Amino acid sequence: MAKVKNPHDKHHLTKRTLREWVFGYIFISPWLVGVSIFFLYAMVRSLIFSFNDLQLVGMVITPLKDGLFSNYSKVFATEINLPVVLAEFAISLVLQLPIIISFALIIALLLNSKIKGRSLFRLIFFLPVIIATGPVMDMLTAQGVASVPMVGTDAISSVLSNLPEFVAEPINDLFSSLILILWNAGIQILLFLAGLQKVSTTMYEAAKIDGANAWETFWKITLPNVRSIILLCSIYTVVTLATGGSNAVIQMIYDATYSATKGYSYGAAFSWIYTVVIIVILLLVFLLLREKSDRKVKYEESRGAREEQRKQQQAAKAARHHDKFMAKTERMAAKGERRKAK
Amino acid sequence: MSKKVKKASASPSGRVLTPEQKKAARRESTKKLLLGNAEKRGLLASLVIYVLLITIAFIYLYPVLYMLSRSLMGKADLLDTSVKWIPSQLNMKNYQDAMLVMDYGNSLYKNLVLAVLPTIAQVLVCSFVGYGFARYNFPGKMLWMGILVLSFLLPTQTTSLPNYLLFRTWSLADGSVKPFLLTALLGQGFKSSLCILIFWNFHNQVPKSLIEASEIDGAGHFYSYFRIAVPLSTAAIVVVALFSFVWYWNDTYLVREYLGREAISNRNIGLTTLMIELSKFDSSYGATSAASAGGSTSVDKLSEAMKMAGTMLAILPMLIFYFVLQKQFVESVDRAGITGE
Repeated sequence: MAKVKNPHDKHHLTKRTLREWVFGYIFISPWLVGVSIFFLYAMVRSLIFSFNDLQLVGMVITPLKDGLFSNYSKVFATEINLPVVLAEFAISLVLQLPIIISFALIIALLLNSKIKGRSLFRLIFFLPVIIATGPVMDMLTAQGVASVPMVGTDAISSVLSNLPEFVAEPINDLFSSLILILWNAGIQILLFLAGLQKVSTTMYEAAKIDGANAWETFWKITLPNVRSIILLCSIYTVVTLATGGSNAVIQMIYDATYSATKGYSYGAAFSWIYTVVIIVILLLVFLLLREKSDRKVKYEESRGAREEQRKQQQAAKAARHHDKFMAKTERMAAKGERRKAK
Repeated sequence: MSKKVKKASASPSGRVLTPEQKKAARRESTKKLLLGNAEKRGLLASLVIYVLLITIAFIYLYPVLYMLSRSLMGKADLLDTSVKWIPSQLNMKNYQDAMLVMDYGNSLYKNLVLAVLPTIAQVLVCSFVGYGFARYNFPGKMLWMGILVLSFLLPTQTTSLPNYLLFRTWSLADGSVKPFLLTALLGQGFKSSLCILIFWNFHNQVPKSLIEASEIDGAGHFYSYFRIAVPLSTAAIVVVALFSFVWYWNDTYLVREYLGREAISNRNIGLTTLMIELSKFDSSYGATSAASAGGSTSVDKLSEAMKMAGTMLAILPMLIFYFVLQKQFVESVDRAGITGE
């Protein structure tokens, strides 16, 4: 709106825009206060803690004696198995992500076909979202019911014993708690289902006329159409897996923070290391799965932008008309007053 | 079925067919029935889909079914290897004991307080903020939106520690609902950023001209928010309310930090949640059995069945909540348009 060139309107428009700015900030103000205190300030404080030594009694922050990064180096020195744990986490993500996403997509495809009892199945597949929490998962894993009943885990673990530990461990975990891993797919199934229903049926009809079979239709039409949802689901999955309460690294951070010997600064440094790892993973997922910028997307974008511009111009025009009209009525009213006064 | 076959064999148009032709036609129609054609899916394909879905659904529910069956077993059934799924007699003692161990009635009430109040605050504030982001253009909007998304993506573990210290200095971390309410009212509750994004997305889909029309008619900014935007966004409100409730109910990490260490170790100090009670089931069991040792209501020996009963009890309120509001839950993701347009 600030781009309108007619100098005549400038005064009015800035007033309007100014009002828009003010109200925008009024509406987001609760969040703005909150995010400043509990996110930005907390981030800065956590950084400061990690580069200093924090004494909890009286909240005394003293600079570190042996170098700025000594908390970080201490983390790597003390948690000898940290690289192993992080590697395990990364490998288990690499293993679990495709499984969760493809499982969700398959279930969504099955549910999207015309079947009876569809809402019942949806109910079942969404159930874990409601009940799958850290303590419940721990209880179930302890009972050994987390694995698929038919799969013999012993045979798998005997095969895995030849591999190095940080590779074998995640694969073993995968099979021993396959069900609980699949329990992470609840939201994703619904997201895919919603996405599949938005693919226009005319495309499928056209493909059918051209003689495409179900297999080709899936690869050429369905998959490209849910591509953005695959990205969305992947990011969602990574975030939930990485920040969930039952995550091993998070448990380590929690234990370190509240342990007598390691303390808050150590925990802060540890959590920053983990944050960086998660950012890297998210970036990788994003780069791998983002839509390649083909012409269609660009065209859509530019069309969207043009449309937006046109809308704005129209709005500005309407506002101009409105103001003119108001001014006119005011003038008329004033005239009437004057006449009356006479 | 047979009708169809007959119809196929009689075609084309009453001409007399040789037995070979009839046979071929019948084979063709059976094939059609089983495998389907371009218009209709065949019986075989339907069968495959149903078998797949039912099998996967069973595997999916296997832990829950196991939990249910185990929790109802008595001591004898647990030891008897011939009893796999159905207990020889329903044993409710496990549930009684687990209720005692978890101080169920009390914990349930505290859990409700802890989940309901922040949920209400979260819905109110996130709707307001989401509308602000969707409706208005202001300088710095992209920056704030970026921070909003970032605060969803980054693990809360980085910020939870300074926040806990902040609550301590303000003496809020005393096991009360105050830190939960404060954060929710400032749009920093559990997954608030996601809730704000849901509202933002929803309000974005409402045509701006509607709001502008009301403003030309003389409606103020707040008036058009409360009278036009809020009634239009009921679907989003339902989604955010349901999910916030589930998140507040199920969380254990942030609840631990916000309630403070004292309240977590002793449930009589402040609020608690059923999940927290479940996570310290073993230690609570020790205290309960010691307390009840001489009394009239003695607690059984800690068994797998009792733990399963405890787990069942912990998820029971959510299960009831889910089955009552199943329609809203399952359709919610669809209607809130989270997938984006």
